[in-house]
Amino acid sequence: MKKLTIPEEEYMLPGHTACLGCGATIAMRYVLKALGKNTILSIPACCWAVIPGVYPHRNLEVPLLYTAFEVTGAAISGIREALDALGKEDVNVVGFAGDGGTADIGLQALSAAAERGHNVFYIMYDNEAYMNTGIQRSGSTPMGAWTTTTPGGKKRMYKWEPKKSVAEIMVAHHIPYVATATIAYPEDMISKLKRAKEIKGPKFFQILSPCPTGWRHSPDKTVEVSRLAVQTNIFPLYEVINGKYKISIKPKNPKPVKEYLRLQGRFRHLTEEEIAMIQKNVDENWKALLKKERCSQEEE
Amino acid sequence: MRMILTGNESAAWGAKLSRPKVIAAYPITPQTSIIETIADFIANGEMDARYIRVESEHSAMAACIAAQNTGVRTYTATSAHGLALMHEVLIWASGARLPIVMSVVNRAMAPPWSVWTDQLDTMAERDSGWIQVYTQNNQEVLDSIIMSYKIAEKHNILMPTMVIEDAFILSHTSEGVEIPDQKDVDDFLGEYNPAFKLDPDEPAGFGSLIMPEGPYMEFRYKMALAMEEARNEIKKVVEEYNEKFNRSYSPFIEEYRTEDADAIMVVLGTIGSTAKDVVDRMREKGKKVGVARVRYFRPFPADEMRALAKKTNMIGVVDRSYSFGPGADLYAETKSVLYGYANIPVKNYVMGLGGRDITPQILEKVFNDMLSIAKEGVVDREVEWVGLQGDKRWS
Amino acid sequence: MSINLPKDPTPIAKVPSTENKTGGWRTFRPVIHYEKCIRCYICWKFCPDAAIHFAPPEAHESPKEALAKFDTVEINYDFCKGCGICANECPVNAIELVLEENFRGDEE
Repeated sequence: MKKLTIPEEEYMLPGHTACLGCGATIAMRYVLKALGKNTILSIPACCWAVIPGVYPHRNLEVPLLYTAFEVTGAAISGIREALDALGKEDVNVVGFAGDGGTADIGLQALSAAAERGHNVFYIMYDNEAYMNTGIQRSGSTPMGAWTTTTPGGKKRMYKWEPKKSVAEIMVAHHIPYVATATIAYPEDMISKLKRAKEIKGPKFFQILSPCPTGWRHSPDKTVEVSRLAVQTNIFPLYEVINGKYKISIKPKNPKPVKEYLRLQGRFRHLTEEEIAMIQKNVDENWKALLKKERCSQEEE
Repeated sequence: MRMILTGNESAAWGAKLSRPKVIAAYPITPQTSIIETIADFIANGEMDARYIRVESEHSAMAACIAAQNTGVRTYTATSAHGLALMHEVLIWASGARLPIVMSVVNRAMAPPWSVWTDQLDTMAERDSGWIQVYTQNNQEVLDSIIMSYKIAEKHNILMPTMVIEDAFILSHTSEGVEIPDQKDVDDFLGEYNPAFKLDPDEPAGFGSLIMPEGPYMEFRYKMALAMEEARNEIKKVVEEYNEKFNRSYSPFIEEYRTEDADAIMVVLGTIGSTAKDVVDRMREKGKKVGVARVRYFRPFPADEMRALAKKTNMIGVVDRSYSFGPGADLYAETKSVLYGYANIPVKNYVMGLGGRDITPQILEKVFNDMLSIAKEGVVDREVEWVGLQGDKRWS
Repeated sequence: MSINLPKDPTPIAKVPSTENKTGGWRTFRPVIHYEKCIRCYICWKFCPDAAIHFAPPEAHESPKEALAKFDTVEINYDFCKGCGICANECPVNAIELVLEENFRGDEE
């Protein structure tokens, strides 16, 4: 006998090649627990193109189509339409792509797939840089972060631009379901996935997936960092169903963002002023999100 | 049934008769009327297919790859920049061994902007692992699409195929076209039987990572074998199609009055029909010339080209593209397969780029140049651009 | 001449990754102190390697009678890479990270 808060079924096998404490791997585990066996995945170039292992190995109990970097949106469209043509409307079609493959090189194909309205899941596992190629800045890298292409140096050339809000870009596509999630909150993530499964049309998830290798934190802190991202409001959890915002977790006393930043080597160089600037950015984003949720409630 | 169709309408009819289940469509001149015609077919309920209006040619091919890997027949069409944008995923499609059939309407690459015919776009994809068949008239456009599905889908082949037509000369020009009965095409093609597919009951990763010590090289070798094997299947399928639909295609090279020719012009596409007219005219004057129109550039018809060279004293290769190599592509391939087999002069004539008209008059001049080389046995220059403005030699 | 070619035309990976024993990557070994384990399954939930599985209730001791009816957990050292998330997340500090070299020779 056991009391579990998430499904027991396992569709991700051990023996994979992810780094120690890989957040993206935990994200995949939950996604498949929520969606089940009747699922087809498409994965572009990203960490997850390597994690399943070297041919002839696989670590997923569902079929997986590897694709080129920028094509996830197009690939899931093709799979969906082919399945529907074959009368297999019940199979879940899932694109599972990193932030580079989503926010940057794959944004065009994603945007078009969303606009066309295919009945698919697109899951952006957001580890906030090109991690598979070795930690290069992406459009989803947060403000202030060190990466190998924003290495600081004498000129303090870090990533100073704000993180691109891909979830908001997807909301602007007027698709029926958009959500953010992170691995420290599996019950939240899985309930969102199950809710989305009942909705026909494009469903977009942005899942913050800490990367010990790239974020420069100890591998045992992956879940802790993920939890702090929510508790500091730097990565709020919310869902947007048919344009209506609902915040999933509202920390009663949000922790200072400094607590999140100081666990990670990629932010080690930040000065007090720079941390204050990031805190200000976080506060403004949080306020804007609260306002969107309020507007959604007023409309009802 | 006989209809008056443009080359692009013929392509759309060829696709419709082959019953692909997923079409990915993106407009580009001069291909656009193919996907417009297909849209009409679907909108009017004459064709049962999912029609994905993608946002780029790159996504068109990516969607076809994914759909075909899910177990259905697919079709798309493109030209020039669209084909170039697809480059990455063309190689993906062949490596994934997906028998996708695509129409390509040959168009020049920019800059300078040009929407007219030129074969650089498809020649630049000669190494992408696609079978390439070049067509000469609208009937051949339609028939080649049906034949291509049959050849590509054989489990010993599984190579995607480009069915190529010249911009405007075919794409927007109307001709009488014989439309085969749907039932006969259904009998000929059969239901699509994928060699493998994405299936939740059989978890597998398609196209996973292979280390240098793994069988990467062996998989590429299997592709090389399949392209070789395609020669046999092309021959069989073309003969079967000829028989069933009362046609007379030569599988690889269509020869015209080559038997006793002093010089033979090797061409691709619609240049073939102009050249045949010129040959008739020159034969009347007692000049023994012939034409060999290459249909399949991939796989390259090496044996047929060697046999052709045995019949003549000189070969002139006309290329409607240039490759910045030792001459243009058709020339380089022709010369390469003849090396060690035939000791005759071979010359490259580069002409018609950017849609410049290849007239009977200019082809006659080229034939006369070829005959003088045949007589002297020496090539004056191996590669010559024909018809450059101000060049008195050809005007 | 005999050439070994793969059967499939394109790489179709079908062999489960459980052939790869990633336990060899480990620097620290998580060790469960069952006398503290409250069978909350948080370690199972957060394991990135799906290397923690359930075991029958009686397989290990339990700190309390009330907990003894619940399934317990075990770490599969064939696959555990030793990231330490389980130890970090354990609400009762029942998992200890021990330097792997302390176990050297145990397997023989």
